[in-house]
Amino acid sequence: MMINQLAFGPWLDYTVNGLIIGNIYALLAVGLALIFGVANLINFAHGSVYTVGAYLGWASITYLHTPLPVTLVIVITGSALLGVAIERVGLRALHGSSRIAPLLATIGISLVLDQLVQLFCSPDPRALASQLPDLRIQIGRGTIGTLDLLIAGVGLVSATGLYGFLRYTKLGWAVRATAQDQDAARQMGVDTDRVNVTVFAIASALGGVSGLLVGMYYNSIDPNMSFDATLKGVVAMMIGGLGNVPGALGGGLLLGLTESYGIALFGSSYRNLFAFALLILILVAAPNGLFGRRRDLPPEPMTGTFIARSRPLRLPRALVAGVVLAAALLPLLPAPYLLQTLTTALLSALLALSLTLVAGTVGQISLGHAALLAIGGYASGLLALDCGLPFVWSVPLAGVITALLGTLLVFPALRMQGHYVSIATLGIGEIVTLVILNWTGLTQGAMGLTGIPAPAIGGIELTSVRSVYWLVLVLVVAIALLQTRLLSGHLGRTWRAIREDEVAARSYGVAANRYKALAFGFGAFGAGVGGAITAHLYSYIDYRTFDTTLSILALTMVILGGLGNVAGAVLGSVLLVSLPELFRAAAEYRMLAYGLVLLVLIRYRPQGLLGTV
Amino acid sequence: MVPPLLQVRGVTRRFAGLVAVNAIDLDVAEGELVSVIGPNGAGKSTLFNLISGLDRPNVGTVHFAGQDVTGLRPERLAALGLARTFQHGRVFGNLSVIDNVLVGAHVRLRCVRPAVPLLGPLIELGLAAWRPAAVRAEEQSLRADAEAILALFGDRLLPRRDQPAYSLSYANRRRLEIARALALHPRLLLMDEPTAGMNESETAEMQVLIGRLKASGQTLLLIEHKLEMVMRLSDRVLAMDDGQRIAEGLPGRVRNDPAVIEAYLGHHALGSAEPVA
Repeated sequence: MMINQLAFGPWLDYTVNGLIIGNIYALLAVGLALIFGVANLINFAHGSVYTVGAYLGWASITYLHTPLPVTLVIVITGSALLGVAIERVGLRALHGSSRIAPLLATIGISLVLDQLVQLFCSPDPRALASQLPDLRIQIGRGTIGTLDLLIAGVGLVSATGLYGFLRYTKLGWAVRATAQDQDAARQMGVDTDRVNVTVFAIASALGGVSGLLVGMYYNSIDPNMSFDATLKGVVAMMIGGLGNVPGALGGGLLLGLTESYGIALFGSSYRNLFAFALLILILVAAPNGLFGRRRDLPPEPMTGTFIARSRPLRLPRALVAGVVLAAALLPLLPAPYLLQTLTTALLSALLALSLTLVAGTVGQISLGHAALLAIGGYASGLLALDCGLPFVWSVPLAGVITALLGTLLVFPALRMQGHYVSIATLGIGEIVTLVILNWTGLTQGAMGLTGIPAPAIGGIELTSVRSVYWLVLVLVVAIALLQTRLLSGHLGRTWRAIREDEVAARSYGVAANRYKALAFGFGAFGAGVGGAITAHLYSYIDYRTFDTTLSILALTMVILGGLGNVAGAVLGSVLLVSLPELFRAAAEYRMLAYGLVLLVLIRYRPQGLLGTV
Repeated sequence: MVPPLLQVRGVTRRFAGLVAVNAIDLDVAEGELVSVIGPNGAGKSTLFNLISGLDRPNVGTVHFAGQDVTGLRPERLAALGLARTFQHGRVFGNLSVIDNVLVGAHVRLRCVRPAVPLLGPLIELGLAAWRPAAVRAEEQSLRADAEAILALFGDRLLPRRDQPAYSLSYANRRRLEIARALALHPRLLLMDEPTAGMNESETAEMQVLIGRLKASGQTLLLIEHKLEMVMRLSDRVLAMDDGQRIAEGLPGRVRNDPAVIEAYLGHHALGSAEPVA
């Protein structure tokens, strides 16, 4: 019996392992909590700093043959400088812009950093050997290694140092004052810019060191570790309570232990499932964390709206009709490559239309939106493969299933606000992926679905590029028109009122959850249909086909077009998908370009090309 | 005897170590204008939040229109006919002026929001897309009514009805806030410092407007600092300090109440001074 083995066997090892990994999470979470405290921002670039820290350490050991203390100093200095650069170059200019701007900027910074690491250090994993002698101390039936002790030591020293800094130094007081009330602190002569830079430096140094330590612990680093680190850090911070520094320490350790015991009981492919299940549980049951205080009423906003103020560009109907007509006639040109590219772009427009409604119109910044494509794709694929349903039935049915399942899944997030929604949707998206991976009986697990039949209408397979293009074009136009019509009626103003000020909207009788669910359901239908068609076109999908990168890409499209702007969502998708394709840019440069586009947009044109609605 | 429209009994709200509202009783009868006065931090806005469902009392009950509404969610209270304005103004910045008012009329949407359990939202979505004649007619009449409400403010708001609310001046945003509340056709209107930050002529204009609302039979509960206006408009006044009721009754009596004078001027030595206002 496995349970028995656990009970009497290496439980100490699992505990030590949990505490060590928990220590790493705690270091990440403390940094995130510090930043959230002073900047009121979840720093989605934190995991990228952690990755950069790991690579800095690797480079310094590999090329300079530095001993451990020197490696540590290099990593700490380098990461701290990176943190300063992020604050100074990426975020400071966004003071006073709309509330979501800094959050989106950190996502852009993260994309750029990750891609730079990939470009310079190759996307393949690298070995990062521990620089400590491999001694293990026997304790009872378990052992503790030197690296374990180092990680524990770093955690302890950082925690004590941080406590001393916040408690006994003038700058530490300034940090705490800024965290409580930035404006008041500034009026009392606190240089809040300096506080921000300091906090980013400290947080990033902690992040970089934890990256190095994790790399040594697993003897492997790769550029994809950043996303996981951000997620785990955020989860640990949420357990402790948003912006609660001591809470983040506890949250990190708790998360590490939960994961470690979870792996012991159920196997390692469930590892992240535990973390995210814990996250959703915390968000629903104790949104202020296990160590947080009760939340008070959100303050009355004096200024500053959720999205950038703008007057959207009014597109003349004739122009829109002309563009649609031109798009419809395009297949008459002998340009199959262009058509194929535009088909891909229009498929992603289905996702962007959905996201622009949810994130733009209703203001619920969903970071896991690609999960809807996955649900739609798997639903239609399984209906076709297992039940033999024809394409014309399986696709709309997949849309309905996605609408129902998506709304149900997002239900816990409906009553949340601001950052909480983003984190919850991110977690829910990950949970969907992990369930697909682990529910082998239904989804074939890691093998993916193969042999999904090609699109066919009335028994005729749509094999030509042209017919598929027309099919997708018709769908996009239909959903865009429907969405525009809904936005012009009472639903449009009700949705936007919720985005602008949920408390006020509710005070005038708007049942916010009902309307959020409506928007989600409608959006999920479109996205589900998009995912379904994609599945039939590819004939193969697996749990990675629709990943978080796609969610972030969709967000970039939506911002490029203008949040909430229907035509903008389509335009954004077409531009972001087809331009790199037509210029035949390599994939890694493409992602880098997306990150840069996102950053430039947020800084210089937050309302997007066509304006927010 | 008809019970009062609003009946607050022994309502208490504690925040960590602070009793913001302490055992307050308050009645507002149909057609009455009652004002709540008191220095900053007296607990007036907290009391408003407790009545309008944005916050729950620790102790005590709130009855509205004959039913117990203690701790009811704000959207339910709005549906029962309770509207409020906010102290600092919470207009929907990116919505046009007319859309702001139309959101205020949300609870009056009947046709497009059928009260069908479970399937209601889906039917609403369908109706919003299809828009049969009845739905269009309802929207038309609400729009006409919204314009009539904007017209109450002279040419302050009506000419700007298609402009986004963020482009309005501060005073106009406060006016829009009131217009939005009126669009609910409330049985009881709670106004949280409608003249805050307004200059003298704007205050006078607001006073005329509130007077007209009262004359038209609107029941009002008002938080206000400008005592002259309170004394002129109110049927009754509740004075609060430190979360407690310190005086209640006719305006003239409350104004001369030593406890009120002390609360406003803050010193025993000044107890004999001329009343404020």
